[in-house]
Amino acid sequence: MKIAKIIVALVLAWLFAGTAYALTAADRMLLSAGDNDQRIASIAKVVAAGDASAVPFLKSLLDDSVKVAGSKVFIAGADAVTDAATGVRVELPVNAADVVNNNRMRSELVSAIAALELQSPDVAIRMQAAQALRQSDAGDSTLTLVKNAEKTEQNSKVKSVLGEIRAGIELSGPDQATRLNAAQELGGSTSAQMRQLLVIRLQPGGETDPQVKQLITSSLRAMDARLAYYEQAGIVFTGLSLGSVLLLAALGLAITYGLMGVINMAHGEMMMLGAYATYLVENFFRNYLPEWFDAYVLVAIPVAFILTAIIGMILERTVIRHLYGRPLETLLATWGIGLILMQLVRTVFGAQNVQVENPGWMSGGIELAANLVLPYNRLAIIVFSLTVLLLVWTLLNKTRLGLFVRAVTQNRSMAGCVGVNTARIDAWAFGLGSGVAGLAGVALAQIGNVGPDLGKTYIVDSFMVVVLGGVGQLAGTVYAALGLGLVNKFLEGYAGAVLAKIIVLVIIIIFIQKRPQGIFALKGRSVD
Amino acid sequence: MKSPHSFIKSMTVIATAVAIMSGSLTALAAEDKEPIKVGILHSLSGTMAISETALKDMALMTIEDINKHGGVMGRQLEPVVVDPASNWPLFAEKARQLLSKDKVAVTFGCWTSVSRKSVLPVYKELDGLLFYPVQYEGEELEKNVFYTGAAPNQQAIPAVEYLMSKDGGSAKRFVLLGTDYVYPRTTNKILRAYLNKHGVSDADIMEEYTPFGQSDYQTIIAKIKKFSAEGKKTAVISTINGDSNVPFYKELGNQGLKATDVPVMAFSVGEEELRGVDTKPLVGELAAWNYFMSQSNPVNNAWKKEWAAYAKAKHLPGADKPLTNDPMEATYVGIHMWKQAVEKAGTTDVDKVIGAMGGQTFKAPDGYTIEMDAKNHHLHKPVLIGEVKADGQFNVVWKSTGPIKAQPWSPYIVGNDKKKDQPEAK
Repeated sequence: MKIAKIIVALVLAWLFAGTAYALTAADRMLLSAGDNDQRIASIAKVVAAGDASAVPFLKSLLDDSVKVAGSKVFIAGADAVTDAATGVRVELPVNAADVVNNNRMRSELVSAIAALELQSPDVAIRMQAAQALRQSDAGDSTLTLVKNAEKTEQNSKVKSVLGEIRAGIELSGPDQATRLNAAQELGGSTSAQMRQLLVIRLQPGGETDPQVKQLITSSLRAMDARLAYYEQAGIVFTGLSLGSVLLLAALGLAITYGLMGVINMAHGEMMMLGAYATYLVENFFRNYLPEWFDAYVLVAIPVAFILTAIIGMILERTVIRHLYGRPLETLLATWGIGLILMQLVRTVFGAQNVQVENPGWMSGGIELAANLVLPYNRLAIIVFSLTVLLLVWTLLNKTRLGLFVRAVTQNRSMAGCVGVNTARIDAWAFGLGSGVAGLAGVALAQIGNVGPDLGKTYIVDSFMVVVLGGVGQLAGTVYAALGLGLVNKFLEGYAGAVLAKIIVLVIIIIFIQKRPQGIFALKGRSVD
Repeated sequence: MKSPHSFIKSMTVIATAVAIMSGSLTALAAEDKEPIKVGILHSLSGTMAISETALKDMALMTIEDINKHGGVMGRQLEPVVVDPASNWPLFAEKARQLLSKDKVAVTFGCWTSVSRKSVLPVYKELDGLLFYPVQYEGEELEKNVFYTGAAPNQQAIPAVEYLMSKDGGSAKRFVLLGTDYVYPRTTNKILRAYLNKHGVSDADIMEEYTPFGQSDYQTIIAKIKKFSAEGKKTAVISTINGDSNVPFYKELGNQGLKATDVPVMAFSVGEEELRGVDTKPLVGELAAWNYFMSQSNPVNNAWKKEWAAYAKAKHLPGADKPLTNDPMEATYVGIHMWKQAVEKAGTTDVDKVIGAMGGQTFKAPDGYTIEMDAKNHHLHKPVLIGEVKADGQFNVVWKSTGPIKAQPWSPYIVGNDKKKDQPEAK
């Protein structure tokens, strides 16, 4: 409806083309003050004039920088306040009131700006405008304009969006043949808005012609088939994304528990320390290097790794090495260490969560279809966890240190006999595991909350992954993490988040009953 | 030479006199000078710390302020702060400790309904007094509790009415999304009954729950998108509680679900919960409360100034950007009303204070002189709907014409619609 008004106005404006027009002070006042119905009518009138010079003022309205005092309208920009009528810098009067826009006003403003920008020489702006128009509910009187714009449009992508809008309007038109045609065309769309239009046409009060109805149903089915494909892809993506988080969280534990056999209950706290290291680096950049803020994550990665690795090595040297071969004592000691670390953080940073802001390039996402958006932060974490996995694998399998680590964990005394300094290797390996946990903390800080209890929420999941994958195997950890992620997300789609969590736990219990050694088991004489 | 007998006798007299004097002195001191202990029962760690820590600080500020102005009946207030750590059974333990060990005259505390339900039996058994400062699901009316937050008819129902109105976007389909516990479940039961009564069929309502501390909202948001493409205008009503809101709103922004397409109306998200979240993609998301920090009136301006100064003086985390919100306001109002009731009753005795509470009025930061109902232990409160602005504050886009009387028993729940509007006598 609202678009209808705007477009009627636009068409009228074309009829009177050539009449010069600019916003008057009275227009600005009508746009900014009064009740919403009246303001919306004023917007339609301004658009009727079809003058793109109104766009900057509409945009200021949209981003809430317009203020009203008495009969004057002001624009409060980032660094200066100007009088909207004269453009002169002024002091904002003390009694100036904000112009309040609710969602309804905001969507009217967005459509008005889009309608005015449909004629822009810039393709990108036209594309944005067309997409914005598609998002709003268009009425039948918009038809002429959209048809005209479609005819003159050179860019094929913009043209197809305009075509969709046209078909969407024609769907409720008076002519049966056009309606049939429109229903046919919309079958090729993947836009959520167009699907909504089709569904609403099928509801009571919509389409009455049985032939059109049938075609709408079949178009809807074609659309659903395509959307279903994206929906499945979406489940796989969210599963992989959860899996990569689990993998990161479990990878460090796969070294300290999986390879070294230390039941490391402080693993979660190492992640927590990594997350707090990220927070510190983030704050440092915010305060001292704000122009480099977007790069803080890259600095946080080595800082978190080194910090947690050093703490891990100190723990190993002072506590854990005295407890090798005594699993119960190790469990209690590391649990206690975890509590100490948690309390330490609570004392230093407070018990409340701290906020870690994502760098700019991690906000938003790639829209593959209306129902499939791949957020950048999830993509970044998938890439990051695969990179970390590759590095750890290389370190363990292709370097001398990795060889020693494997040797010591498989047969400590024999490795010692051939001259490996087993004590030092233990420290290095534990440091590596802790450092990887710190890296996980960097990633977790980007998607969730950073607080002293962060470790607690992930420690159970981490042990689950390592035990399920098979102790002592990196490959098993990978399969278990991704598998758990996929199963969890698949179940969540059907059973809801609460039930999915329970079902996954039950599945794991059953699996461990049947196959206590996990998915992969070490083969060979060294296994006890 | 005096006989030993008379010596002992005189000594006894003196001793008795001293004893009586000192006894009456301490008795006098107990009446006049000894501080009144006040319990503060809020989670300072765990998933609810994000919301509750600020309430503890607000309570401490209010108490300090009252003490500075001469205390209550000339006696100072002594706060006893405990941390139940977002752990529901621990709430009951700490409440028992406050009542039987510290002997507090009153407790200000709890946020989630599950924590309130957990401490209720303790307050009933030991005849304590609890002030609960958060909006909740209603269906409860206890003699030992005063509810300074909103009942459903003071928040949830007006919020849904707004979403169904023209200015709210004329929503026809609803997603009821919440954390899995008593408050969201009951609120959604009330809302479902309300929606059914107003022509929204069950097919147009989707109900979803997540565990406490959920951090992965990808699937839920995909589901909301799918649901919204299946029919007319959709709106989400969120009763997500605690720090899960941060990942929820982050995901909402990243997935590009805008408020102009599918608005999210939250009942537990205020200025404090949005601290540090990048609110630019969230502009236009809604919240329903009885107070917003952005309200401009002399009482609120003075209160905000006092809070900013207090946060700075105590080096509270976040003092560089001091925020106030609805439950903080309810805490502030609650403590002052309790003070007035104690002064009216002339004692801190629980039953007498309860008797003096009804009809108390207070000039609140929400811009009204609000009143404690004479019978039903709830405040009469104005209802406000706000939209998130780019700076994390709220624009008030709708306001009730004045304070509304609470209906603790919802008329939309069968069996509760005929219950009495006052607590059962013991």
